[in-house]
Amino acid sequence: MANYYEQKDLADFPNIGEYAPELGKKYFDYYGETMKADKLSVREKSLIALAVATTQKCPYCIDAYTNQCLSLGISQEEMMEAVHVGAALVAGVVLAHSTQMRKIIKKKEM
Amino acid sequence: MDALHIDPPFEEMTSGPLNAAGIEIFQINIGYRCNLKCRHCHIEAGPERQELMTKPIMEKCLQILETTSIPIIDITGGTPEMHPDFPWFLEACATLRRRLMVRSNGVILLQESYASFLDLYAWHQVEIIISFPHMERRIADRQRGEGVFSNLIEVLRKLNERGYGRQNSGLILNLVHNPAGAYLPGKQENLEGHYRQILKEKYGIVFNNLFCITNMPIGRFLSYLQTSDNYEDYMMTLVQAFNPATLENVMCRTTLSVAWDGKLYDCDFNQILGMTVNHGAPDHISVFDLAKLAHRRIVTGNHCYGCTAGAGSSCQGEIG
Repeated sequence: MANYYEQKDLADFPNIGEYAPELGKKYFDYYGETMKADKLSVREKSLIALAVATTQKCPYCIDAYTNQCLSLGISQEEMMEAVHVGAALVAGVVLAHSTQMRKIIKKKEM
Repeated sequence: MDALHIDPPFEEMTSGPLNAAGIEIFQINIGYRCNLKCRHCHIEAGPERQELMTKPIMEKCLQILETTSIPIIDITGGTPEMHPDFPWFLEACATLRRRLMVRSNGVILLQESYASFLDLYAWHQVEIIISFPHMERRIADRQRGEGVFSNLIEVLRKLNERGYGRQNSGLILNLVHNPAGAYLPGKQENLEGHYRQILKEKYGIVFNNLFCITNMPIGRFLSYLQTSDNYEDYMMTLVQAFNPATLENVMCRTTLSVAWDGKLYDCDFNQILGMTVNHGAPDHISVFDLAKLAHRRIVTGNHCYGCTAGAGSSCQGEIG
């Protein structure tokens, strides 16, 4: 267990249904259907996926969706903008939780 | 090209020998001369290249085409315009009344001494195929050379003015997308839509089809993969993306590639690797034998993973 994350493990992703094949199939069907072009284009969905991948700090997803974005001709500026959207949302989520802190402060302070 | 052991080797991925299914495309590489030195070029074409097809070999190509019913003539290079005998050869090919395609680098057509090809192509209704690797100016220029993006826009406008790419004109203008790095092309349908939107909205340009072609791990692109430490990762990506369904329609099954020196190959990539037609079929145009070549066994290698990855790749883009 020297390395928890190894790049070559990304190739194992199709096997995540092992030990629960029916659930695995349902997941892949859902995943495949979700990522198809619909009201949003594949380009837009790939940028959303990249933003989620970075906020969730998943090295496999970051690898997969950076490559996917490159393959779709998405520019580095567009990718970075998507990452900033994720970062801004995460920052907002953290700051929004300061509401709890501020409420407690206001209640506790004389 | 086997700078690294590839496991499994490509030969193990096919259920048996890959055989040709006739010759539909007679692809003629008339020479490696080009005024560009694109970083992804598997030919390693450039202005200094001296390999040019001789007139007797061109005449032999014409003789074979006259005596067979091969429906498609696909002329490539280098950029074919830089061959001094190309105007004569193009006219001779046009008189054969076949589907005639020319793979041009595009920007050569802006040079005064080559500008006449714009009208010559239109006159003979030649299908033009031009490499346009990316819709980002910076990336296209990085791949093909400074200023190429702007020049391509200018050339495409000139072609549009002559009717190329316009509906019902009969003049076909196809573009080629190659990834600008160590990754695979996206789905052709998605990229074509993106190209169409950008070219139309920003530049008022129209075209017929976009061909997405995977970069082969040979030539200049191989050098790039090796020097950037991407070779192993790229080959692993190709192997993992192997799609057996592509074997049915992979281009070598219906293409014969004729090199500048008359040697015969199953594809342009084998040509650069020096892997001539083999397995009992004649390997030079001087001993052309349609019966033996039409169902020859294809010569394969690990570079064939490039044409069989994902949606597949051919000189006509994704494999349908």
